[in-house]
Amino acid sequence: MSTPHESDGYLAHAPGYVANDGPKLITSRFEHSDSFTLQRYLATGGYNGLQAALRATPQEVHQQVREATLLGRGGAGFPAGVKWGFLPPGKHPYYLVVNGDESEPGTYKDRLLMERDPHQLIEGCLIACYALGLQQCFLYVRGEMALAQERITAALNEAYEAGYVGREIRGSDFSVDIVMSQGAGAYIVGEETALIESLEGRRGMPRLKPPYFPAAVGLYGQPTIVNNVETLSNLPWLLTNGAEAYRSYGSETSPGTRMFAVSGHLQRPGVYEVQHGVTTFRELIYGNNYCQGIRQGRELKMFIPGGGSSPWFFGEHLDLPLEAKPVGAAGSMLGSGAIVVMDDTTDAVKAAWRVVKFFARESCGKCTPCREGTTWLEQILRRILDGEGRPADIDLLLDIGDNISPGPYPAAAHGELEAVPFPPRQTTICPLGPSAVAPVVSTIRRFRHEYEAKITRRDPIPVMAVPAGAAL
Amino acid sequence: MTPPEQNNTVEITVDGVAVSARSGELLIAACERNGTYIPRFCYHPRMSSVGMCRMCLVEVDTGRGFALQPSCMLTVSDQMKVSTNSETAKKAQDGVLEFLLINHPLDCPVCDKGGECPLQDQTMAYGPGETRFVEEKRHFQKPIPISETVFLDRERCILCDRCTRFADEVAGDALIHFMGRGNHTEVNTFTDEPFASYFSGNTVQICPVGALTAAPYRFKARPWDLSETLSTAWVDSVGSRVALQASRNRLLRVLGADADAVNWGWLSDKERFGFEALNSAQRLSSPKLRQAAADAEHHWEDVSWGEALERISADLAAAAAERVAVLGGARLTNEAQYMWVKLAKGVIGTDNVDAQLGDGLDPAVVLGLPRATINDACKPGSVVVLLGPDPKEELGVLYLRLRHAVVNDEVTLIEITPTSTGLSHLAQHCLRPAPGRTAQLVETLLAEVCSGTAEDHPAANSTSEDGAEDGAELREAAKCLGQAVSTGAGVTVILGRASLAEASGGVEAAAYALADLETVRFLPALRRGNVLGALESGLAPGLLPGGARLTEASEDLSDLWPQLPAEPGLDAAGVLAAAADGAIDVLLLVGADPLNDFVDRDLAYRGLKGAGQVIAIDLFVNDSTELAASIVLPAAGPSECDGTFTNIEGRVSLMNCKVTPPGTARPDWMIAAELAERIKPGSASLLDSPEAVRAELVAVSDVHKSITEQALVENHLEGVLLASTERAGMLSAPGAGTNAGTSVGPAAEIPDGAYALIAARTMYDDGVMLRHCESSRNLAAAPRVWINPADMEAEGLRDGAAVRLVSDCGHIEATLASEAGVSAGSLKVNWLAPGAPANSLIAADSHVTAVRIQPR
Repeated sequence: MSTPHESDGYLAHAPGYVANDGPKLITSRFEHSDSFTLQRYLATGGYNGLQAALRATPQEVHQQVREATLLGRGGAGFPAGVKWGFLPPGKHPYYLVVNGDESEPGTYKDRLLMERDPHQLIEGCLIACYALGLQQCFLYVRGEMALAQERITAALNEAYEAGYVGREIRGSDFSVDIVMSQGAGAYIVGEETALIESLEGRRGMPRLKPPYFPAAVGLYGQPTIVNNVETLSNLPWLLTNGAEAYRSYGSETSPGTRMFAVSGHLQRPGVYEVQHGVTTFRELIYGNNYCQGIRQGRELKMFIPGGGSSPWFFGEHLDLPLEAKPVGAAGSMLGSGAIVVMDDTTDAVKAAWRVVKFFARESCGKCTPCREGTTWLEQILRRILDGEGRPADIDLLLDIGDNISPGPYPAAAHGELEAVPFPPRQTTICPLGPSAVAPVVSTIRRFRHEYEAKITRRDPIPVMAVPAGAAL
Repeated sequence: MTPPEQNNTVEITVDGVAVSARSGELLIAACERNGTYIPRFCYHPRMSSVGMCRMCLVEVDTGRGFALQPSCMLTVSDQMKVSTNSETAKKAQDGVLEFLLINHPLDCPVCDKGGECPLQDQTMAYGPGETRFVEEKRHFQKPIPISETVFLDRERCILCDRCTRFADEVAGDALIHFMGRGNHTEVNTFTDEPFASYFSGNTVQICPVGALTAAPYRFKARPWDLSETLSTAWVDSVGSRVALQASRNRLLRVLGADADAVNWGWLSDKERFGFEALNSAQRLSSPKLRQAAADAEHHWEDVSWGEALERISADLAAAAAERVAVLGGARLTNEAQYMWVKLAKGVIGTDNVDAQLGDGLDPAVVLGLPRATINDACKPGSVVVLLGPDPKEELGVLYLRLRHAVVNDEVTLIEITPTSTGLSHLAQHCLRPAPGRTAQLVETLLAEVCSGTAEDHPAANSTSEDGAEDGAELREAAKCLGQAVSTGAGVTVILGRASLAEASGGVEAAAYALADLETVRFLPALRRGNVLGALESGLAPGLLPGGARLTEASEDLSDLWPQLPAEPGLDAAGVLAAAADGAIDVLLLVGADPLNDFVDRDLAYRGLKGAGQVIAIDLFVNDSTELAASIVLPAAGPSECDGTFTNIEGRVSLMNCKVTPPGTARPDWMIAAELAERIKPGSASLLDSPEAVRAELVAVSDVHKSITEQALVENHLEGVLLASTERAGMLSAPGAGTNAGTSVGPAAEIPDGAYALIAARTMYDDGVMLRHCESSRNLAAAPRVWINPADMEAEGLRDGAAVRLVSDCGHIEATLASEAGVSAGSLKVNWLAPGAPANSLIAADSHVTAVRIQPR
């Protein structure tokens, strides 16, 4: 593949972002090469949302967010306004933790938001803190995102200096401290309780549930709201323009816009902000405004609709809208907004192996089924790819999957099953282990013949060369 | 950890059968109590649940259908429906077991755990019979030592978090951790930070596979060859219950038994591995007679028991009663102690008997104050006053219990110790009396408790330059103490000698003062083995069995004993001083090593040399015996004879015989009985077994009335508390606490440029038993001097400097270490360090010890 060109819409100063004609509630500043500076931010309506919030009471701000039905953008799609309401009264201090540990394979929208528009995120944090009466916010940025860390640090310094963060913000009696924290490079820390553990300085391992929500017992044992970067980045626009304006975008149940990171075998992969719940996969993948179809006119083989942990989709799912409910009903999930498209040149087994390998590497090692099972799956797939597969391996893969994530696996054919059912079908604490099962089951179900072809093919076993003089 | 007794039970359905469970109980425990065993690896009833191994998955009705839930994480709720054997649950359990085994080396034939391995056992019951795993297993370097005694085989490890959780949660020594992640997760220590915990052996016991092994047992036996008996640990006075395991008449392993009132299954490493000394080739195995050689050298010559006993009884009969003395006996069983008391006081007629070697407390204080149990001290919401030694160093399991109580059960700890301890970081208030000022500090504290107003008492400010701050801390502590008294929350004072370099009077006076508070109870923190048993049996001057005074002998006793001493005799210091003056003809050392254990080494030396004849009954030839004994009799050790043990709570539990003693070594009670019979025929003719001796003890002592054979059998795990130990009358006993109200402050006693010495024990020292423990002897703490950082700077010295400490009595050489927990003007040294015995600095008759520091 050739490198993206500016003429195709790629912005050199915003790698991964493609200029398009879609709505721009949160990506409006990406076109500016200095979008991360306070100067540009203020010149483009920055901190207006905060001013609007400060003019209202915290309850009114909370009510606006509730009315806008702002859905969490981290993966579960839980309404932020409802989540905020979970804080138990009177158990001060409360904390706001920003989940900037975006690491789902295929997802890179939060990185762009943090790199290109850090002030928008900071303003979102301030609005959330104001609405909930918090004074302390922790901004946890994934360890590998050096540029995001730099930009946020610089933006925080600017904001403190200009009096947007800190004591008595802009002459009001509202004070908030925002602290940036760096991750140490673990996928699992994207799970909110593991993130809190990491923030407290411990091994990033998910906490045991119950308590189910950090809103009850979170950071340092205090009630804590954990919100995703994109969720909070919506707040400045929402407060500036109001809930009604916000609801004019997207569908009734999923208002506003949503960012999708589309990658893979596409003409124009990139991050796009689209109307939530209205746009379909087909529009996003084939639409002229977005990805412009499969590369070199090839055929679509399969795509991952919601990040590495979601079950895979195929051609028949293209007309589903980008909305959690219908995607869930079809047997997968929209997750964190990462769509990975694979064309007909893709080896299904190898693709599954690559995703499983990721989860095996990222397992925290706490629960037995995930620690041992994901690596075992990876080893078997590797062996099949190496021509050492056995006929029993396919059923073994499925059975190992069943021991990590027991019960019938959701699929389009079993539409009544929820993609993220309750009670969860997992023998593990968190969903990481089951995530590794998704690609295996998806590909075996659809492309069993590819597995069988690899297994019946017997590659000659290479003769091990013994170096001369090696001690045996 | 045990859920409090609750009347409210809930009904749950397990596999279709309705059973009742205690509300708040974990599902896994409720099922087990009702006869349904759920397999598990990471769950341990004495630690918090982590739900890591996933072996205990069962199906629970969530209201929206059955779902797999870890039963170790779920507390029961009313009408909960559980299926432990549904297809889904069984498949999940089988699946988890298969996952656990895929990377497990299955080297059971060469694994110490084979035969008693939970993983092996559960593999028989769950999981597929054959492996489906054809890949290469995970590899690690085979066992790596993570401490002096513990080895870790990471290939066998199933990452259940039991050892790491124990180290962090229970012991507070978070020195082993998970490292790496995913399939590469391993347990390990940080580089250069070994798992140097006093409690490391517990991790070996709770490891559900053979990943952790301990040097003393590695490759020594197979579990099916071991026979086992319940007994009591003897190396300290907590009286932890243990299982003694032996094979081919050799003690091979000691495991903690889970007695709810005492040790919860935990042991300190010294309790666990101390048995090694009993197997030492250096053990005495026959009576020995000293034969002098030409060049002041000597050698030991074996003699028969008959000849040895004949000589001894002749010597004893020849000596005037008041010129005979018995030192030691804290190592013995209650029965042997009683027999020795009877021999000394009832047969020979001497009251010069002392089981404590100047390192304990006045028996009147120990026996007279209302006594607490460990559970009293750890009662949720109560207050503990630590007026004694560092429990972590001296009474390991008590430390674990206290730590748990403070961390989990909202017990408030107030520390009144001259230096920081292993519990200081958990203490709500730390008061640091300067050496010799404990009583004054406690008086000020109590004045504060009573008045509730801030008085500017000089003693409160004596501890440091910053008097105001200390005063505030004292006021806070007083408030806390006052509240506990007024609300009846319960106050327990852990009472003992924090420093052996000052006289016991201070702490005794402080205890008397504290005893005036309502509801306050005391837990004696005397370290030496069965020292409570010794005091209760009467192995102290002026006392008879059961704490009665010489003049208060019961009728039974008068009938059974040929005579009684006329006058109260001498304590250990008195005996040694008398011996030094040539006033003792026969000095019997019953498991005593005064040279190393008595607080004044010089006096001990002179006493041993000055005694007409020194006779030792012991397991080893120790330094004192080597110096002065003419005859040494080999005694049977713990695990080699039957008897009972009295712990610091006054809890009597069985010490059972598991192996035969080496050579012709005999139980101590038998030696005393034989001597008694030789001196006064008929005085011990009926005492032919420990049970018979115990029956006589119970007959002559009111306190021991509760120790019936039936009670001991019925409470074989937890033991039986002594009958009423309320003997308030003893407190007014003459002599009790006479040296208490020291009016001379240390400022007067400590000259300019000198420091007040604090001598504190460490878990491992140069004691004779530890010297013979093969795997732990290297752990003896090297000589150290801890000094306040400010003082160190003033002296112009630095950490790690080699220094010489000089007192009026002697000097030792040690390495300097700065320690903020030592108050300015004080120095702390460790007791009985190899090559630097701190007792050579101390004079028995001084209130505090002044030392100077010299660079070397």
